[in-house]
Amino acid sequence: MTSPIVLLALIGVLYAAGVYLILERSLTRVLLGILVLGNATNVLVIVAGGRAGAPPLVGTAPEAEMSDALVQALVLTAIVITLGVTAFLLALIHRTWTLEREDDLTEDVEDRSVRRRLERGEQEDEEELDTTGCENTSDTDPEDPDDQDAGSAPAPARATTAAGEATR
Amino acid sequence: MNPGSSLLATIIPLPVLLPLLGAGATLVLSRRPTLQRALSVVVLAVVVVIAALLLVAAVQNGPIVVTVGSWPVPLGITLVVDPLSALMLLTSMTVTLAVLVYAIGQGVYDRDEATPITIFHPTYLVLAAGVANAFLSGDLFNLYVGFEVLLMASYVLLTLGGSRSRVRAGITYVVVNVVSSLVFLVGIALVYAAVGTLNLAQISLRMEQVPPGTALAIHLVLLTAFGIKAAVFPLSAWLPDSYPTAAAPVTAVFAGLLTKVGVYSIIRTETLIFPDSEVTQTILLVAAGLTMVIGALGAIAQADIKRILSFTLVSHIGYMIFGIALATPLGVAGAVFYVVHHITVQATLFCVVGLIEGVGGSTSVTRLGGLMRASPVLAVLWFVPAINLGGIPPLSGFVGKLGLVQAGVVDGSALAWILVAVAVLTSLLTLYAVTKVWVLAFWRPAEQIPVPEVPDETAESEDEYGDEDEEDGAGRPSRDGGLPGAPAPRTGTLTGVRAGTARTIARQEANTGAEVDWPVARLAPADGAPMLSGRLLGAPGERVSSRLPKVMAGATGALVALGLSLTVVAGPLYAVADQAADDLVARTPYIQAVFAQTVDDRVAR
Repeated sequence: MTSPIVLLALIGVLYAAGVYLILERSLTRVLLGILVLGNATNVLVIVAGGRAGAPPLVGTAPEAEMSDALVQALVLTAIVITLGVTAFLLALIHRTWTLEREDDLTEDVEDRSVRRRLERGEQEDEEELDTTGCENTSDTDPEDPDDQDAGSAPAPARATTAAGEATR
Repeated sequence: MNPGSSLLATIIPLPVLLPLLGAGATLVLSRRPTLQRALSVVVLAVVVVIAALLLVAAVQNGPIVVTVGSWPVPLGITLVVDPLSALMLLTSMTVTLAVLVYAIGQGVYDRDEATPITIFHPTYLVLAAGVANAFLSGDLFNLYVGFEVLLMASYVLLTLGGSRSRVRAGITYVVVNVVSSLVFLVGIALVYAAVGTLNLAQISLRMEQVPPGTALAIHLVLLTAFGIKAAVFPLSAWLPDSYPTAAAPVTAVFAGLLTKVGVYSIIRTETLIFPDSEVTQTILLVAAGLTMVIGALGAIAQADIKRILSFTLVSHIGYMIFGIALATPLGVAGAVFYVVHHITVQATLFCVVGLIEGVGGSTSVTRLGGLMRASPVLAVLWFVPAINLGGIPPLSGFVGKLGLVQAGVVDGSALAWILVAVAVLTSLLTLYAVTKVWVLAFWRPAEQIPVPEVPDETAESEDEYGDEDEEDGAGRPSRDGGLPGAPAPRTGTLTGVRAGTARTIARQEANTGAEVDWPVARLAPADGAPMLSGRLLGAPGERVSSRLPKVMAGATGALVALGLSLTVVAGPLYAVADQAADDLVARTPYIQAVFAQTVDDRVAR
C-alpha cells in the first residue's frame, strides 16, 4: 500500500499553521487556528481509513475495492461539531468585542491580585488579606508603583482605625 | 438471555434519551417556567431511578449490553452497563438532580423570571444526556460524541448571562476543550488506523497484536486528551481560571461531573485497552503526585472560596489518578470509590459557596466573617463536607483515602510509597485550605474583617468599565456619583449591609447614616438597589437576607446528607467498587458481554 504522502504533508502543514495561530493572543486568530486544526484532524481521520477506493455502494463494486465509509461518517460528525463550536466561539468573540472593544484575551483579575500579593512580599496575614479585598477597585495596573505603595503603607492604619470605630 | 434482562436492555438508552427529549420539551415550554422546572425535575428523577435499577442489575448479573438499532456488534453503536458505568451514572445523576433543585431554588429566590433563564433547563438536560452517553458508551467514537454533547452544553452554561468575567473565562474554557477534543479525535484516528475498529471491546482484543511502540503512541495521545478533560496536573491550568466565574449551581455540577467523565475515560482506557503499560503507569503516578501537591498549594494561595475549591478539585483528581496508575484491583477500587465520594462532596461545597455568597455578599475570605453567628445552619452545611473533603474519619473521604493508601502500600514500589506520602500530605494541605475558610469566614467575628484599602487615583481609569460589570466586589467609585473621569470619592454611604459582612459596623454606622470609610459591605449603586453578584445570570438579585433560601438550603442539605450516607453505606459501596475493579482488571466480563450479542463474523475478532 502506498502511503498518501501528499495528504500526510498537508496534515503536517495544517497542524503547524494551526498551532501557530492558536498561540496568538488575538481571538480571531485563535478561532482560525481551531478551524485549521480541525481540518487537519479531519484529513487525518480520512487517511486513517486507508486507500481511496470505489464508492461504498452495495453492488457497484466488489467489496474489497470499496473505500471505507466509516471514516467519512466520523468526519461528517466531526465537521458538524466543529461548526457548532465555531458559531459559539464567534458569538463569544463578538461579545468580547462589545464589552471590551478589543480582540485580545484580557488578563485574569484574580491572577493579578495573587501576583500583587506575592510582589508585596511578606506581610502579616491580616494586611495581606486586606489588600486583596479590593482588587476590583484599585487593580488597574499591577506594575504601577503608586498602586503598590498605596496598598502596603496606609491600609493597615486605616484598618485599625475602622475596627476601633466599630467597637466603640 | 432471559426476559428480565431484555427489559433492562430496553431501558439502558433512556438515561441518554429522556434528558434529550426533555431538553426539547423544556425549550418548547420556555414561556411556562413552572411547567419547565417540573419537567426537568421529573426527567432527572426518572433517570436516577433507572440508573439505580441498572446498578443493581449490573452488580448482580454482570455487564448488560444493548446494540442500538440491533446492528451486529462491531458495526453498530453499543451501550454497555457494567458496575463501573452504572455506579458513575447513579452518582452523577443524583448530584445533577440535587443541583437542579438548588438552581430552581436560586432562580425563584432571585425572582429572575424576566431574565433569559429559560435556556438554563434545556441546556442542563443536554449536559445530563451527554454525561450519561459518555458513561454508557461502549464505543470510542460514541464516547467522543458524548463528550462533545456535554461540552457544548457546558459552554452555554458557563457563559450564561454573557458578563465580562464569564465571557473571558468562557473563551479560555472553550478553546482548551476544543483542543482537547481535537487531540481525542486524533487518538480515534490513530486507533482506527491501527486496529480498524472503534468498539472498545474489539479494540482491547486487537490492541494486543499492535507493536508496543505504536500502542504506546496511541495510548499517550488518548491519555493527553483525557488528561486535559480530567485536569491532571500539567494540563490542569484551565480549570481554576474558568470554573469560579460561573453561577454557583453551574460550577457545582461542573466540578462534580465534567472532570469525572475524564477520569472515567482514563479508567476505561487504562484497564480495558492498555492494561499492562508500565511506561504510562509511571507517568500517571508522577502526574498524580504533582497534581495533588500543586493543586493543594494553589488552594492555599487563593483568597476566593470558589478558587480555593477549584484548586482542591484539581488536587483531588490526583487521588483518582493514583489509584488508576497502580493498576491493581485494590487501586482501581479505591479510585472508583473516590470518584463517587468526590463527585458528591465537591458539588456540595460549591452549592454551599452559593449560599455563602447569598448570606455574606462575597466569596472572598478577606471580606467574610461572622457567618457562624449569622447562620449556624450554613456553618454546619459548610463544615461537614469540608472536613469530609479533608479526609477526617469516619467520613467517606477518609475511607477513600485509606483505600488508596492501602493499595499503594500493598503495591510496595518506591514510587508508590512516595505517592502514599504525598497523598497524606495533600490531605493535610486540603484540610488547611478548608480550615482557613472556616476560621476566616465563619469563626472570625465580623468586627475583625479588615476594611479594604481606599482605592487610589488609579481607580478612576476603571470608569470605562461600564454597567455591565458585575465582578463580585465593593461598589465602584463611578457608581457612587461623580462624573466619569472625576477623582473617585473616598467615602460612600453604607446601605446594603448584610449579616456576615461587618454586621456590627453596619448596625452602628448605617443606622446613624454616618459615612463609613470604604466599608466592607457593598455601596449603594445609583438606583438604590443593593447589588448581588454571581447570581445565576450575573444579574443583580433583588433580595438580601441573612436567612437561607429554603429550597437552596434544602438541596444543599440533601447533598450533605448524601455525602454522609456514603459514609454509612461505605461497606457495601466499597464492595461494589471492588467488584467493578475486579471486572475492570480482569477485562473478560466486559468483552464477553459485548461479544455475546449478535456478532457480524465478517468483521469480528
